[in-house]
Amino acid sequence: MTEATVATAGTASGAAGSGAPPIPAFAAPGRAAPSLRGKVDWQPATVVEVRRETPNAVTVRLALPVWHAHVAGQHYMLRLTAADGYTAQRHYSVGSAPDDEGHVEFTVDRVPGGEVSGFVHDVARVGDVLEVRGPLGGFFAWPGDRPALLVAGGSGLVPLMAMVRHRRRRRSTVPLRLVACARTPQDLLYAGELAPLPGEEHTVLYSRAAPAGYPHPVGRLDARAIAPHAAAVLADERYEVFVCGSTGFAEHAGRLLTAAGVPTSRIRVERFG
Amino acid sequence: MSSTTRGFVGRHTAAERDPRLPPGQYDAHRDFPVLSAEVTPELAPADWSFRIDGLVDRPRAWDWEQARELPRETYDGPIHCVTSWSKLSTDFTGIALDTFLAEVAPRSSATHAVAYSHTGYTTNLTLADLTGGRAWIAFDFEGAPLTPAHGGPARLLVPHLYFWKSVKWIAGLRLLDHDEPGFWEVNGYHHRGDPWAEERYSGD
Repeated sequence: MTEATVATAGTASGAAGSGAPPIPAFAAPGRAAPSLRGKVDWQPATVVEVRRETPNAVTVRLALPVWHAHVAGQHYMLRLTAADGYTAQRHYSVGSAPDDEGHVEFTVDRVPGGEVSGFVHDVARVGDVLEVRGPLGGFFAWPGDRPALLVAGGSGLVPLMAMVRHRRRRRSTVPLRLVACARTPQDLLYAGELAPLPGEEHTVLYSRAAPAGYPHPVGRLDARAIAPHAAAVLADERYEVFVCGSTGFAEHAGRLLTAAGVPTSRIRVERFG
Repeated sequence: MSSTTRGFVGRHTAAERDPRLPPGQYDAHRDFPVLSAEVTPELAPADWSFRIDGLVDRPRAWDWEQARELPRETYDGPIHCVTSWSKLSTDFTGIALDTFLAEVAPRSSATHAVAYSHTGYTTNLTLADLTGGRAWIAFDFEGAPLTPAHGGPARLLVPHLYFWKSVKWIAGLRLLDHDEPGFWEVNGYHHRGDPWAEERYSGD
């Protein structure tokens, strides 16, 4: 794919004439190619698989008539329409790798009372047709060209797993670090894929319960756990950091990373409501 | 346009849907989700300032104390996020952008603005969308100071457009005679972002 270096409104300072201070560049300007080349329309997508990941999460695999390779980290909108015309739409990150022609996978947490997540968990089955629109978002996206530290809380692992899978599928040697946080081992998404391959460093942390003898303490992500990863980021200026999780997790992880010395300009954040 | 999804029963019937919700939006009720692409900055009121320059006769900046002396207004209407949630009732306190703009005397050639944050986030707006009692610099939400995650100490509030236009940690406006896309707009999002026209992405 073509990668564009996207400047933000840096030219506004010039347009304003002399005397006006420059507008600062955004912390980490988007450098993934904008996904929307022209208009991306809604399209019908067919469910080809529904797979349980954990007691609280299922993965739905969709076949798309019009398919554009996403950049790992991007998302789609999913729209459901009731018989009376009522619609509900939500954004879901793509968990599958970009090299999966004609298909995308979303992993969906069950949200208490959630009308869309409830449908995906309880109703959706192979052969159903759902409407999707995407890929969307050009900022929280990793083309795979430089080392990355991925920090995931709960289902925040979904877009970050797309990055891990992308690296593996491409047989890339770019260093990749993953810190995945889950409540308990049974809540951990994609557990079968979370053994590090060469060039990868993984740290899996549990906040509520861990197996006996687990090498990391049970509890919230802390400075000690983040330290070796932050040190690796600081030692190699090519590293980018991607943080994804709930607002509380993202705020906490962002504070730990900046306290460890990682410049905010190298941290991209995606918050799940 | 949209086709029926087998077995989907929504939270409401179509007839029960609140008419204050723009197309494709749902009511977040008491929730106030946080969306931003960066680490929340630690910005104390003493370090905050707001500047208007560009195509104005009297560019100037206000510090926290100066801004807080300006006449306050409240906004208690809806807000709409492009990620599909809306809050139908809010309670923001701040200062009308008209009040700030009156002090800088925009030139007749000014048609657009780039709004930017203390972190460098940018977005584009027309001057028409920023004037006429439709935009504020807000610093309180529900009677308490805006939290950092929601843009405190002060954010732009342009509630008739999708909320990515309401720049958190607002630092300034630069008035221009042309449109200049900001951070999300160069990343595939719509240049204006009217929720009632569902202007979410480029080409909508």
